[in-house]
Amino acid sequence: MHYAILCYHDEAVVESWTKEEDDAVLAKRAKVTDKIEAQGRLGPIARLMPTTAATTVRSGREPVVIDGPFAETKEQLLGFYVVDCDTLDDAVEIARQLGRDEHGAFEIRPIRLMKIPE
Amino acid sequence: MTDVAWIDEALRAARPQAMSALVRYFRDLDRAEEAFQEACLRALRNWPANGPPRDPAAWLILVGRNAMLDDIRRGRGHDALSDDAAVSDLDDAEADMAERLDSAHYRDDVLRLLFICCHPELPATQQIALALRIVSGLTVKEIARAFLTSESAMEQRITRAKARIARADVPFEAPGAIERAERVGAVAAMIYLVFNEGYSASGGDVHVRQPLCEEAIRLARLLLRLFPGEPEIMGLNALLLLQHARAAARLDADGNIVLLEDQDRSRWHRGMIDEGLALIDKAMRHRRTGPYQLQAALAAVHARAARAEDTDWQAIDEIYAALERIQPSPVVTLNRAVAVAKVRGAEAALAMIEPLAGPLGGYFHFFGVKGALLTQLGRAREARTAFDRAIALARTPAEASHIRQHLDRLLKDSQPV
Repeated sequence: MHYAILCYHDEAVVESWTKEEDDAVLAKRAKVTDKIEAQGRLGPIARLMPTTAATTVRSGREPVVIDGPFAETKEQLLGFYVVDCDTLDDAVEIARQLGRDEHGAFEIRPIRLMKIPE
Repeated sequence: MTDVAWIDEALRAARPQAMSALVRYFRDLDRAEEAFQEACLRALRNWPANGPPRDPAAWLILVGRNAMLDDIRRGRGHDALSDDAAVSDLDDAEADMAERLDSAHYRDDVLRLLFICCHPELPATQQIALALRIVSGLTVKEIARAFLTSESAMEQRITRAKARIARADVPFEAPGAIERAERVGAVAAMIYLVFNEGYSASGGDVHVRQPLCEEAIRLARLLLRLFPGEPEIMGLNALLLLQHARAAARLDADGNIVLLEDQDRSRWHRGMIDEGLALIDKAMRHRRTGPYQLQAALAAVHARAARAEDTDWQAIDEIYAALERIQPSPVVTLNRAVAVAKVRGAEAALAMIEPLAGPLGGYFHFFGVKGALLTQLGRAREARTAFDRAIALARTPAEASHIRQHLDRLLKDSQPV
């Protein structure tokens, strides 16, 4: 079974970390992931950019594009795609297509890929 | 990370929200500050043993307010609260707690606080000082150091700003839509000024002033969370991130400015660049351009170039042309001329800046650019005159030494080997 481990934290706190503090957290975590990687059990690691960089596409007959993160609480995070796009417009278009004839939302977050194992 | 370090971070992150709610309760900046400080002291005593509260801001608001009210009731050197309601609603703390977690309320509170700090009656220097003190929570000492002034002078500046706010009878209600739009512009301008105070620093004091850039980015993010759909605020965030990403490469070991084209780009902060590029991309989708977006777009062109020689000068020329249209100024034209020199040659650029001799006759950069263009055209004697003038107008030793390098190069090139 593959598991996704989603990281939650107060982003105002994380943003206030100095580079040294940030590096220290990543180094601490790398000790864990290095071991798992050596066992061939590690998938991609990505860091999501702050929610201020997020865009949300709410699907439906007329999809609506909203600046900002997905903020509702009545829906749950059920999956994710990682796509390579030249512009945010491309990503929005993909989200629109994915959500065709559905009711739900897609939050688009730029990410920094930290690691892509072979 | 030690115990106290995480508490400091949590307190710092919760500050804008907690302070602005306390200002709403007490309608007084000093009293709100006192309440917040008291709440922080109690957090330092409480949190290590009990762990962090689920919502640190709500905890600080409740504890700070109650501590202050106890204080007022006991009459310890405080005037009685004029607003009786503020005392009586101590009873329904639970209901208040729920209310405070409401994000819409939070938004209005923080906005109100930012608007107070950027009150039109305050001169820009006081706006900046007040925002750094009240919203960011920098100490007076830290702010004084960043502005290269004495602690007592800074204290006075902040006290004066607070007195003016009190006199101006600032409405503690959130303003209407039109006024809001105007004042958002004022807040953005204040944040940009804070950043520039840190960014334009040169010489040995850079470590003292760099925190201003970080503080400005923090404030810009705060503003963008309040206005997530405003492209100019996205542009402001992108601009600050893209410029600050270059901080480590901007000064050499002696504190001299390293020009963009000479910077070691491997020292640029990749995370900030990626975030800045994502934000400018997001802003541009709105097709409602503005000065912050255009300046961010300029920074983005540089950020995208792996090496200086890969810079898309054509794009820079076009962006400056757009900037000239919406915000015409001789300085913008001067900057555009640098791009024009790369795209169409020094002759065209020189023709472009000739008419600026009047308005920019006292401007260091004008003569620096003019000297460089004349050098490229092989007009060494005229170039020398321009560089001499630039040195005379330099405001900092770093500026002067930069021009001297140009002069040295000029002399070396003009002498037969």
